[in-house]
Amino acid sequence: MAYKRIIPCLDVDDGRVVKGTNFVDLRDAGDPIELAARYDSEGADEIVFLDITASHEGRDTVVELARRAAEEVFVPFTIGGGIRSVDDAKAVLDAGADKVSVNSAAVAEPSLLTALSDRYGSQSIVLAIDAKRKDDGWEAVTRGGREETGKDVVAWAREGVERGAGEILLTSMGRDGTEAGYELDLIRAVSGAVPVPVIASGGAGSVEDLVEVLGEGCADAALAASIFHFGEHSIAEVKSAMAAAGIPARTT
Amino acid sequence: MTSRLAILDCGIGNLRSVEKAFERSGAEVVVTSEVAAAETADGLVLPGVGAFPAAMERVREQGVDDLIGRSIADGKPLLGICLGMQLLFERSSEGEGAEGLGLLEGSVEPISAPGLKIPHIGWERVTWEKSDPLVGDVETGDDFYFVHGYAARPRNEVDTLGRSVYGEGFCAAVSRGNIWGVQFHPEKSSATGLGLLRRFVEVCER
Repeated sequence: MAYKRIIPCLDVDDGRVVKGTNFVDLRDAGDPIELAARYDSEGADEIVFLDITASHEGRDTVVELARRAAEEVFVPFTIGGGIRSVDDAKAVLDAGADKVSVNSAAVAEPSLLTALSDRYGSQSIVLAIDAKRKDDGWEAVTRGGREETGKDVVAWAREGVERGAGEILLTSMGRDGTEAGYELDLIRAVSGAVPVPVIASGGAGSVEDLVEVLGEGCADAALAASIFHFGEHSIAEVKSAMAAAGIPARTT
Repeated sequence: MTSRLAILDCGIGNLRSVEKAFERSGAEVVVTSEVAAAETADGLVLPGVGAFPAAMERVREQGVDDLIGRSIADGKPLLGICLGMQLLFERSSEGEGAEGLGLLEGSVEPISAPGLKIPHIGWERVTWEKSDPLVGDVETGDDFYFVHGYAARPRNEVDTLGRSVYGEGFCAAVSRGNIWGVQFHPEKSSATGLGLLRRFVEVCER
């Protein structure tokens, strides 16, 4: 049985890693490739790069990011941000990325998921969903929460998987960058609804938060940014806490 | 002397990560689809992802099957990675089925893992079945990253170098003489994977 995964996430803006609270108020956290290589050596199971500049600068910045990462990062890595077509995905995968993550482009054109998985296999296709609590459920939002989609998160996750997504990267908008803990009921609701792995994102503030979302939260992987970037906690600390809690963890 | 490896490009999957990982492991690397360019290398690497029948067709079209045959006879080390390991065997039942290189006896069959997701994706522990120049920690085994829907079934148990478990046990690595194959992706398996590649590079230096 596969180990549960710890995935540092690097939000990249104009070539630098940044991290903000609720998708705004960005702090500089260094060079993405240097940081990713460090996480590789410290035991990260995968790396996610989300290029938040891509929306206005086009495909070239993410392709360059993938090319540089392939030279220095020797764990699987995912690139997201600005992937809008099969050609965009091809450029990033050819440059050395293992997976692409799509968000707003899939909301606008859900058939993109099918086109991507037909071409590259669902194992290379991650559907990122940003979830905002609404009434007694969650609504998928895009553009950092500025745009509502009218899609129920659980229904959209199911549809995305049926269309070819091999994994769901699920971010709680209310928790992102707050370090207040993952939104467990959200993560559980989606994990229970889809047959593919769910990567929990948004809210990691302590080692216990990651252990909790992988245990009680039923997530297959936990994604975190701030707690690793600013040296608050190490990946090794998380791995040993996982092992102590009886959660299968790769500790090398 | 730095050993020079040829990564055989049969148009089956992205080879950039394999190339970069070997460079990091101390080898001089050429990625080539030209038999002539590979002929002078100290060792051969056959990577690949995708479907067995289409891959084997490309291997034959490009004359890579003959190249590999000659290199093995000359005593040059060969490492098959992922689909490249599967191609070492006699046949696969993937798609309509196809003949492989036949360097090792046995077939390639779908992973049997009732209730689990296929393809199998993720990090797993590989336990080593015998001592070998490529093997790391024989006592505890090592963790590697896998992405595959099929696995090899060697007819000769002695060819199995490493085993892993997903649903049921499967063959994760093979070795015989100067032939090695790994079902996992060492180029995506962090320091553990680079260690295995480095040991292969060292074998090629001999």
